[in-house]
Amino acid sequence: MNAPGSNRDEILAALRGRLHRQDGDGGAEAVATRIAKPARGPIPARGAGGHEARVALFVAMAEEVAARVVRVPSPEAVPEAVADYLKSENLPAEVRLAPDPGLTGLPWDSQPLMAVSEGPARPTDPVSLTGAFAGIAETGTLMLTSGAAGPTTLNFLPETHMAVLKASDITGCYEDAWDRLRVVQGAARDGGTLPRTVNLITGPSRTADIEQTIQLGAHGPRRLCILLVDDGEA
Amino acid sequence: MDTTSPSFKENARKALADPLVARSRGHIKAGFIAKRRKAVDRLPEFEALRDAARDIKNHTLAHLDLYLERYEAQVLAAGGRVHWCPTAEHARQAVLEICRAAGARTVTKGKSMISEEIGLNDFLESQGIVPVETDLGEYIIQLRNEPPSHIIAPAVHLTRTEIEAAFRSHHDHLPAERPLSEPADFVNEAREILRQKFVDADVGITGANFLVAETGSSIIVTNEGNGDLTQCLPKVHIVIASLEKVVPTLDDVNVILRVLARSATGQECSTYTTFSTGPRRPGDADGPEQYHVILLDNGRSNMLGGEFQEALRCIRCGACMNHCPVYHAVGGHAYGWVYPGPIGAVLTPAFIGIEKAAHLPNASSFCGRCEAVCPMRIPLPKMMRHWREREFERHLTPRAARWGLGLWAFFARRPRLYHAATALAGPALRAMAGGRGRLRRLPLAGAWTDHRDFPAPEGRTFHQIWAERQKGRQP
Repeated sequence: MNAPGSNRDEILAALRGRLHRQDGDGGAEAVATRIAKPARGPIPARGAGGHEARVALFVAMAEEVAARVVRVPSPEAVPEAVADYLKSENLPAEVRLAPDPGLTGLPWDSQPLMAVSEGPARPTDPVSLTGAFAGIAETGTLMLTSGAAGPTTLNFLPETHMAVLKASDITGCYEDAWDRLRVVQGAARDGGTLPRTVNLITGPSRTADIEQTIQLGAHGPRRLCILLVDDGEA
Repeated sequence: MDTTSPSFKENARKALADPLVARSRGHIKAGFIAKRRKAVDRLPEFEALRDAARDIKNHTLAHLDLYLERYEAQVLAAGGRVHWCPTAEHARQAVLEICRAAGARTVTKGKSMISEEIGLNDFLESQGIVPVETDLGEYIIQLRNEPPSHIIAPAVHLTRTEIEAAFRSHHDHLPAERPLSEPADFVNEAREILRQKFVDADVGITGANFLVAETGSSIIVTNEGNGDLTQCLPKVHIVIASLEKVVPTLDDVNVILRVLARSATGQECSTYTTFSTGPRRPGDADGPEQYHVILLDNGRSNMLGGEFQEALRCIRCGACMNHCPVYHAVGGHAYGWVYPGPIGAVLTPAFIGIEKAAHLPNASSFCGRCEAVCPMRIPLPKMMRHWREREFERHLTPRAARWGLGLWAFFARRPRLYHAATALAGPALRAMAGGRGRLRRLPLAGAWTDHRDFPAPEGRTFHQIWAERQKGRQP
């Protein structure tokens, strides 16, 4: 093995040689410009409608990939909606909450029969409830971000993943969701950093590795339930 | 990974007689092709997205050195490390050092073609570290100790019967009389067994579909969720990726993501697309404490700036093999190395040498379907032709073929003689065929007539018909 650094120099020198890179050839400026001003590609027209159309598209696309969408009138109605969903699916009345004040502060007292805890997922937790940073109508996709209030393990370990999404957080396309995140985190050009993990989640886990037959619940959640809070337009 | 590419002809002969290969062909045709068509038809912007995706990669490859430097700086800023590896051996050693430093005994693995390329599993085992593949297809072929036959559906060549046998012999702690026939039985059994492995692993290794220069993120695109459990539970996350995976910005990723899943499985979007940037942050509730990127060259820098550069646009969707009549006929294993199908016929000679892989670019009818469906518009047939030319220049082409090409060239350069010869050859072959119109045997054409009859020319030559048509058009 060479000393660290020399492998790097060797590879970069090979690349520069093949590309005939020279100082002042404008390459560095082209790269800096592209990073500073990210350019959007073609955006599918399907997500371009107004708020109502966006929400309708999000619901239709999410249901197409076997996610369940439950409309709830307000955040305060979430605990009851969680209890109702678990009952309807014959699942245990037990939920692990993301340590997000927007979720832990909800009226869980209204559901005395439900076992509620909070924190990262443990291998035995059957059901998780997380927030969602955004919904993307184009493909019925959730965007979730990691952090103190968003343990990533909750999105993957439990058999049932439930996520609260505000209708006002539904965007038409991926680009709009990323732009929102760039605003929250600070864009990379300004020294901002993405959260450790950003998950785009479209439906529950699946595989087609056995004779090309789609089977839900491969390693991640078998069920994805989106609690869509109708909070009106952003 | 070891190669059997030099014996492609023998591999293909065996595969043609193998009923398993024939059955997987049915799965591929019924599944991938129809689903891709449907997804493409639903998105009016698809062709424009293909153009944009091609342009993004062309721009990136033209500035690859600069984007990699920018990418590395962002990974470091996020608290991660980048290990530059010129060869497979460098990459294996870098992974080993990280595992040793972490005191790892078991590593879980998400699906990674680079891992296959550098033969990582065998190497780790030889060093006393147990690698556990967690993608269901990869897990099955790991149990069977065989390479993947498809880049996104590694076990597509297997039926439930073979998978049942592998599960029963390896999961012998489970009741022998348990039912194991429906897809759900296999999925649930693997899920239960691998769950504990996810929790116990010291290190998680994933591949990367993309690296983002803007943010220093690595991206995996999966359906099962195994890649995410692999990377969010252990204390160390290792990403193994090759140089050409880098793209400039998140906006560029969005464009390519829109063509990736549709071209691969026909999904609008894969279930999980995960962006990872550095290790766990202060205050984070979970996530790995270390984040390492193994950045592999292994022959790619040599492809830059030459006639094979465009192959570096490949995003490993598998559409070219799904639509390839040769892949359908012989299956993935016949190609004898990591990447099968048309993209394999272009990449394999570049990575292991044309002298070992000369058969692969010749195993094409140049029907052009691969290029027609490639989301990145890679001119695969043109590149296979370049390899054939190199093979010829380096005198690797067999003597009989060189002699035949020389003979053809002699006639082709003398149009009158060529026309006279073809005018004679047609009727001669017709006469040899008797009234059947087909030839069972033909000198020098045994490779054809051993498997099927050679159709005898039925009428006039193309040139004759063309000349008559042109005459008929005259006013």
